[in-house]
Amino acid sequence: MDTRTYKIFRYDSSKNEKPKFRSFEIPVEKGMTVLEGLIYIQDNIDGSLAFRSSCRAGVCGSCAMHINGKYRLACETQIYSLKSKTVTIRPMAHLKVIKDLFVDLEPFWEKYKLIKPFLQPGEPPPERERIQTADDRLRLEGLIDCILCGACQASCTVCETHPEYLGPAILLKVNRFVEDSRDNAADERLEEVSGFNGVFRCHTIFNCQEVCPKELDPTGSIANLKRKIIKKKFGPAKLYK
Amino acid sequence: MKFHNAIVIGGGLAGLRAAVALNQMNVNVGVISKVHPLRSHSIEAQGGINASLGNHVRGGHDDYKKHAFDTIKGSDYLADQKAATRLTQNAVECIIEMEHWGCPFSRTEDGKIAQRPFGGAGFPRTCYASDKTGHVLLHTLYEQVAKFEYHSEREQIKIYNEWFVTSVVIIDGVCQGVIAMNIATGELEEFRADAVIFATGGAGRIYGKTTNALINSGYGMAIPFHAGIPLKDMEFIQFHPTTLYGTNILMTEGCRGEGGFLENNKGERFLAFYDDSKKAMEVAPRDIVSRNITKEILAGRGFEDSYVHLDLRHLGERRIMERLPEIRNLSINFAGVDPVHELIPIQPGQHYTMGGIDTNINAETRALGLYAAGECACVSVHGANRLGGNSLLETTVYGKIAGESAGEYILSGGPAKRDENIMKDSLKKDEDKINELLQSSGSEKIADIKKELNDVMDSNVGIFREGKSLADALDKVRELKHRFKNLKVTNKERNLNQELINKMELQGNLDVAEVIVMGALAREESRGSQARTDFPKRNDESWLKHTLAYCTPDGFKLEYSEVDVSIYEPKERKY
Repeated sequence: MDTRTYKIFRYDSSKNEKPKFRSFEIPVEKGMTVLEGLIYIQDNIDGSLAFRSSCRAGVCGSCAMHINGKYRLACETQIYSLKSKTVTIRPMAHLKVIKDLFVDLEPFWEKYKLIKPFLQPGEPPPERERIQTADDRLRLEGLIDCILCGACQASCTVCETHPEYLGPAILLKVNRFVEDSRDNAADERLEEVSGFNGVFRCHTIFNCQEVCPKELDPTGSIANLKRKIIKKKFGPAKLYK
Repeated sequence: MKFHNAIVIGGGLAGLRAAVALNQMNVNVGVISKVHPLRSHSIEAQGGINASLGNHVRGGHDDYKKHAFDTIKGSDYLADQKAATRLTQNAVECIIEMEHWGCPFSRTEDGKIAQRPFGGAGFPRTCYASDKTGHVLLHTLYEQVAKFEYHSEREQIKIYNEWFVTSVVIIDGVCQGVIAMNIATGELEEFRADAVIFATGGAGRIYGKTTNALINSGYGMAIPFHAGIPLKDMEFIQFHPTTLYGTNILMTEGCRGEGGFLENNKGERFLAFYDDSKKAMEVAPRDIVSRNITKEILAGRGFEDSYVHLDLRHLGERRIMERLPEIRNLSINFAGVDPVHELIPIQPGQHYTMGGIDTNINAETRALGLYAAGECACVSVHGANRLGGNSLLETTVYGKIAGESAGEYILSGGPAKRDENIMKDSLKKDEDKINELLQSSGSEKIADIKKELNDVMDSNVGIFREGKSLADALDKVRELKHRFKNLKVTNKERNLNQELINKMELQGNLDVAEVIVMGALAREESRGSQARTDFPKRNDESWLKHTLAYCTPDGFKLEYSEVDVSIYEPKERKY
């Protein structure tokens, strides 16, 4: 039977021990995902391994982790697609490790709540649904699809140097509301992300876009917000002789 | 010790909807969830949510009564008819409310909420957001919770992420609160409350071939069951016709609603060969399509004796990308096929538990102050078979009803009697139980018992059932329960011990599985999702009744209760 070596980052924040990598040899077959490998280890070799998982179908965002050099969802990464005998797994970066691959996501959710992530229509609702044209709805494609796995935040080098920076996932969420024809708080939202830890902190490195498991474009969202802020500040472009 | 007026267990759609309803009534509420709410299984729902909005060009004459009738007929007349009517009557309001909160539904050409045809429905009434309806609904509800959690001018709404409830405390028929464990530290805590709402989802992981998330262990049903609350109609398990071969990841009913075909190994649309599906074809209800796929495979007209094909190719790339983009992603990532050019291998798989914690039309259980909503509850609105698009609807409608019922109870004074000692005792009991689980030094592996349970449920308690094999399954489950006492543990620490949680959940799994098999074995008829080969006919005379399973000191007992058939006369079900 074919095998792979899992090299997994191990650390327990409740103990006074340094982090280390531990290796596990596991049997693999075609169709097996990195998550199934982790479950195999927890079930059969070491019951103390800790990691998050839920949907196992790439839609809930629980299992983002650093796998062979890239942030990915463990559940939708085929072991064979890694084309390597070793599967090296680390937890998400820039967050405190509680245990092994299980990190403290509270700072991420706190940032999420900071941006007022809810529709602000600014007027009482009509009797029935608000009308939104198919074209207006189309502008939300690629924005409402974010599963908040945090892979982009972990890959972002600015998130590392500036922990207060809102980060790509959160700014994409801001853009989702700015672009929604039913939302009426764009000015306020743009004002809020134009500060020190908002969109201008982004250095347009594109790491976020590269790792996004849903193939979304947070860099594009950030650029869109920047453009809108500048337009608001300086008005439409004028041509001078 | 923590206190909230209301405690909601589960952060999926039903739980969050109940929490929002309580918050709107200005009641202090805590939500306990073993995963972050956005990781709940609701997020996986794809196809849509039913309401008779009449936005579709062919939906103009739709109304809630027709929706109720379809639901009741789909249930094979086991649904309680007033409950089903209440569901459909509130549907429009609930969907419009979600839209007002910002839910990005797909739109019709004139900018209204788009609707698509679904199985067993007389009109296209399934509202959707491409094939990510659960995702957008759950995000929208969580946004509302975040709004009031962080910027609230009302009473507190607090979410306890990654807390695991170990028991519910009921004394003299009055609920006092729950005991829960902080997963990160392993410490137990008393959560005192006036009212408790269970919204813990389904029990799909009792089966091996299931569309359910890994977290859907059904433990949330086992907790109130152990506290004396009956489970209702547990033998009715829905098998979704189209799950991806190999991983059993869901391929939404929307695939067929949008015009996809099911084909056997000769490329024939085989649903035409069967009386009960030849008219509705691919949009016949799930139980019928699942059975006919299985018959086709058993007749040797499947592939590798295990799957048939779902054909979307004729829809064209544009329509697939617009309406079913996630289906395309999943097919490529997990089966290596691109539905634009290739056929998707599918087989039926466990999808939904119609049964659950017994509640009445107000989401109240038999204990005062204890409520249940969503998949873990059984009102019953789905009876013996649920229609696609009705589960999301149930979570929002009955989630809200549960929240409002609990809110009224709290605002009118709450429990007449509070017993703090009993909470302390319960905590102590759970503490002892956990220590015992950690100390056990047997030889059986958790994963082995789970695997054997999954296998026997897949093979003996699946789409087609038969007395002998059900009796065998019952023996097997009881044998596994016996072996459970001899478990091996490798991790004896308290902090973040996922092995310990798996172990506690497995115990719940085994109990819920036993209830399912007992109910299936006792019910000597075929109705909805239960197809007994030895009793192939529906038998209204003896079996038009709900199964109620009780946990008693002398083992599990079955009782039966009446079905509300006050609106529509039960008839033979044909499509």
